[in-house]
Amino acid sequence: MTQINVRVDGASYQDDVEPRTLLVHYLREQLGKVGTVVGCDTSNCGACTVHLDGHAVKSCTVLAVQADGCQVTTIEGVATGEGPTATLHPVQRAFHEMHGLQCGFCTPGMIMASIDLLEENPDPSDEEVREGIEGNLCRCTGYQNIVRAVRQAAAEMSGTAADDPKAEPAAVDTAAAEHVAVQA
Amino acid sequence: MIPAPFAYARPTTVEEALQAIADGGEDVKVLAGGQSLIPVMRLRLAAPETVVDLTRVEGLRGVREEGDQLVVGAMTTHADVLTDPLLARYGQLVVQATETVADRQVRRRGTFGGALAHADPAGDLPAVALALDAEFVIAGSGGRRTVAAADFFVDYLTTVLEEGELLVEIRLPKLGEDWGVRYEKFNRVAQAWSIVAVAAAVRREGGRIAEARIGLTNMGPTPLRASATEAALVGVDVSMETVTAAAAQAAEGTSPSNDLNAQADYRQHLAQVLTRRAVAAAAGL
Repeated sequence: MTQINVRVDGASYQDDVEPRTLLVHYLREQLGKVGTVVGCDTSNCGACTVHLDGHAVKSCTVLAVQADGCQVTTIEGVATGEGPTATLHPVQRAFHEMHGLQCGFCTPGMIMASIDLLEENPDPSDEEVREGIEGNLCRCTGYQNIVRAVRQAAAEMSGTAADDPKAEPAAVDTAAAEHVAVQA
Repeated sequence: MIPAPFAYARPTTVEEALQAIADGGEDVKVLAGGQSLIPVMRLRLAAPETVVDLTRVEGLRGVREEGDQLVVGAMTTHADVLTDPLLARYGQLVVQATETVADRQVRRRGTFGGALAHADPAGDLPAVALALDAEFVIAGSGGRRTVAAADFFVDYLTTVLEEGELLVEIRLPKLGEDWGVRYEKFNRVAQAWSIVAVAAAVRREGGRIAEARIGLTNMGPTPLRASATEAALVGVDVSMETVTAAAAQAAEGTSPSNDLNAQADYRQHLAQVLTRRAVAAAAGL
């Protein structure tokens, strides 16, 4: 066992871990940060994306011992405040408002990768968003609204949201699925 | 899956790292960015006895200038490469190829030296290093040695690195403003490895090509030079006709594999097409 000291979502932890423990398993199983999920076994899907010292990484492809002395931010740490009074991060809010998800499994990783992208490029084009989140796979293939969500968040974070007339979720053809319209 | 158990060493100097490798037993793996090693350990394709993590070894990360060379530390990450001012000025071929590596999360952790030492024939950086005649500085118990790129890549996933040795830096020629470059990559989906890719650097003198360097990705078990095309380009007037004619020889001497992505003859066709595109772009056409 190797001792590590990490700050995760603003709290400090000192733990003994096996060197082979992946960061994602440490976060989920030792700290209970189950908001970060495991979607694949091949480093492709990006569902486990967290920020390590401020930058997006795939936490299934980092050993927990490598995070020793580092700051980790998970999806559970991006909102301000806690519980019902918490204020969502603008990217979280945009994914909600633009319906940037279907089953939602890829969402934590999509949001963490998108926050990282927007820090580097605050006003990405559709193409730049698609390239920026190429490390994250949505098996529902719900990319249209994910791209809209990231651009909506970019506009909101730079204070230009009201000027974007296209800031709506993709139109849904409800003819074949009336319950969607009922829910709406 | 979780990797099989291993002993973990985290040295802080090259000397400590070499000692840790020497003391690590029969099967020691060096961990750089981990973006290839951790996946293969997770799949239990590798189950080393000891992992020596270079993350905290001082002096292995960053780019510096030495005369007419750029010296890139082996632990310089792909993300570092993409924002480095010296590489932006003198190493655009490396930058262009690095932009195509995997995805932003992987580029954040993965390293230049790690990708080269891994020597995946479908990886993007080996062909660039070969095209540029990079020099590889290798530390061992007996001191340091320098190996030319042409001698560094030995076979599939195999380099000249001996047991107990460590790649510490890579030396690249500075390409000035008289050089044009292009990395032309063909793959099918995001994150995918190159089916074939071509790294081209062309130096023009007026309307003629004075020098051409062309590296091929995934056209054999190691990266290759398109030597016949390089020779055919020297001294010719720059035009689509001359570039197309020279690029037709790009697959000479290659031995690409057959796999699910492509048959060998298709790869040879791709090598010609991509060489034409890369050289044309590098020559300013």
